Amino acid sequence: MSITEIIFWGLSVLALFCAIMVVASKSPVHSILYLIGVFFAISGHYILMNAQFLAIVNIIVYAGAIMVLFLFVVMLMNLNADAEPKKNRYLQFAGLISGGCLFLVLVAAVTRSADAGRVMQLGTGESGLIKNLGRILFNEYVIPFEISSVLFLSAMIGAVVIGKKN
Amino acid sequence: MEIKWYIGLAVALFCTGVVGVLTRRNSIIIFMCIELMLNAVNLLLVAFSKMHAASPVAQALPNVASDAQLFVFFIMVVAAAEVSVGLAIIVMMYRNIHSVDINFLNRLKN
Repeated sequence: MSITEIIFWGLSVLALFCAIMVVASKSPVHSILYLIGVFFAISGHYILMNAQFLAIVNIIVYAGAIMVLFLFVVMLMNLNADAEPKKNRYLQFAGLISGGCLFLVLVAAVTRSADAGRVMQLGTGESGLIKNLGRILFNEYVIPFEISSVLFLSAMIGAVVIGKKN
Repeated sequence: MEIKWYIGLAVALFCTGVVGVLTRRNSIIIFMCIELMLNAVNLLLVAFSKMHAASPVAQALPNVASDAQLFVFFIMVVAAAEVSVGLAIIVMMYRNIHSVDINFLNRLKN
């Protein structure tokens, strides 16, 4: 077993454990902290695949900005006391069963595929470096890039308008 | 490393998010599970881009792997805008009905 596979399995176990704890933990603050763990594990996968730009952007945008926003909202609303009422056990069980069925169907469909055994390029390759991505982003994708700035502006205005007291 | 392990990991993360959306009732946790599903799809896109970078197609088209990673970058941009608006909606809902339980929202009126 090579070092790449050991890192892959370690990061995968970390990501899955944290993802299950996001769903299972009672307190919303604990869920947010476990979700940050998932994002760091996924960033580790990006570094393993030599997609360095996406790894850094994932940490900065998701773990740094979005999760802090979630944490602010949870702490401002004082949801720490788990006020979630007692749930219907049958509905929870049905949700678990349907999610498991989706997992089984997708895995069965993938393992039948002829391309499932294709080998990936791990740890090498120039495609994820900032130099290449920046050149392509500002040559071919400059129009979507500008449109996304308009999207951000409208999202900012929308958040302010929705959150305003009236 | 073969592509099937990464597909399996992404499918497992996605299904964990689906189970969270179906079983939890706190709207913030449901929103976080949606983010989890989005990240599983991002991981799968990057894995497929690295699969294509190892294939003979990449010799003819050198940008084919970078295009997928820029696609993931745009997904992250849109997700950031979506989270800001979504959390504003949840704060507004908490201000009106003093709860984040989605069962109080089943009528969308009062």
